Amino acid sequence: MITEKKRLGWSRDEMAKRAALDIPDGSYVNLGIGIPELVALYVPEGREVIYHTENGLLGMGPPPAAGEEDPELINAGKKMVTVVPGASYFHHADSFAMIRGQHIDVCVLGAMQVAENGDLANWSTGASDAIPAVGGAMDLVAGVKTIFVITQHCTNTGEAKLVEACSYPLTGKAVVTRIYSDLAVIDLTPGGFQVTELAPGVSFEYVQERTGAKLTDGTAGTAA
Amino acid sequence: MINKSVGSPAEAVADIFDGATVMIGGFGEVGSPIELIHALIDLGARNLTVVNNNTGSGHVGLAALIENGQVGKMICSYPRTTNSLVFPELYRSGRIELELVPQGTLAERIRAGGAGIPAFFTATSVGTPLAEGKELRSFEGRDYVMEYGLKADFALIKCERADRHGNLVYHKTARNFAPIMAMAARTTIVQTGSLVELGDIDPEVVITPGIFVNRLVTVCDPAQESKLIAEGRCYP
Repeated sequence: MITEKKRLGWSRDEMAKRAALDIPDGSYVNLGIGIPELVALYVPEGREVIYHTENGLLGMGPPPAAGEEDPELINAGKKMVTVVPGASYFHHADSFAMIRGQHIDVCVLGAMQVAENGDLANWSTGASDAIPAVGGAMDLVAGVKTIFVITQHCTNTGEAKLVEACSYPLTGKAVVTRIYSDLAVIDLTPGGFQVTELAPGVSFEYVQERTGAKLTDGTAGTAA
Repeated sequence: MINKSVGSPAEAVADIFDGATVMIGGFGEVGSPIELIHALIDLGARNLTVVNNNTGSGHVGLAALIENGQVGKMICSYPRTTNSLVFPELYRSGRIELELVPQGTLAERIRAGGAGIPAFFTATSVGTPLAEGKELRSFEGRDYVMEYGLKADFALIKCERADRHGNLVYHKTARNFAPIMAMAARTTIVQTGSLVELGDIDPEVVITPGIFVNRLVTVCDPAQESKLIAEGRCYP
């Protein structure tokens, strides 16, 4: 079963690549830690996209070449990065004013659960022995206009992550715009989850079986 | 004559008292004023409330301050990082209090505290457990939660260059919380990589104006937290 799941659907890089197609030219973008970071590798040639990292940099570039590292030039994941020409540094309140003041166009995040009304849970399982840690996730979903989620469709143990209502503590209410899973691209609509694109070889029914809420089929005209 | 420069980290932190609220700059180790923190460990002030984005790593810097039993409460957004060993253990055994604040709300609370704003409304955390028990209001059809400005008795921060008036310039993303913490503390204590003559810092590039700074100590070659951790070092 697990090997079958690995064969079917998009890889991490393919999910990132698919999401990157939807980043418009000229956007100011914040990428979350993990698979969302890969999106920067795949934005189509010819688009100028400016990356924001909430610890205080606009115009973040790729990881440094060997010998070019500066331990005081990092991203929100605390990894060393570089700057592109035209970059700027600023303090934390200005950085979060960019987020909370709705100046960032697109944010790409991971998810633990997404509900059919767009609620997102991605910071805590609510387990009593867990150390709660939220970082900037609640600020991003409250302040950024377009929230893309990249996530495996199901958990490692096969449970649905797309559900009717989140059981984990929320990061934000009705905030998700679009989901890129390993199986499909799914939009959040007033009618709930709508499948707009299927990964190669994946059927609508296959996705529905692995989703904890009702899907509508919006793939008319696209190849499955 | 105004000269905010003092002779040593020990002298700079000497009046931090038991029960004080202390803001400490840094995002992880980047921007962390590690020599000032170590001086505070030497001083031994206890029952501190510490404001920082994280809770330190390994057994040096902020983690060592916590491990030394000097911190009663942490106000932070992300108390869980690589090599964060000390805080989780104390938290699980109920020996340290945690006030968890979304990162942007934390920054804005500090900024507000420094700007004389006692409280403000934000959309961040509405509908989540972190808004529970807080006042909600609706503006232009959207719900917002009330958050309080945050002030401190002391701020400990790090910069790259300073002059004797306390005008500061930072290095890259090490700036992070320092400028707003400098505004929000009654006494702001700075460790600077170098002290330059008045006028050497172009007024156009001053990031923190000297009015927000009380004391400066020069630490030419500050320790790097991750290097100390890699070497297995502990403080004291």
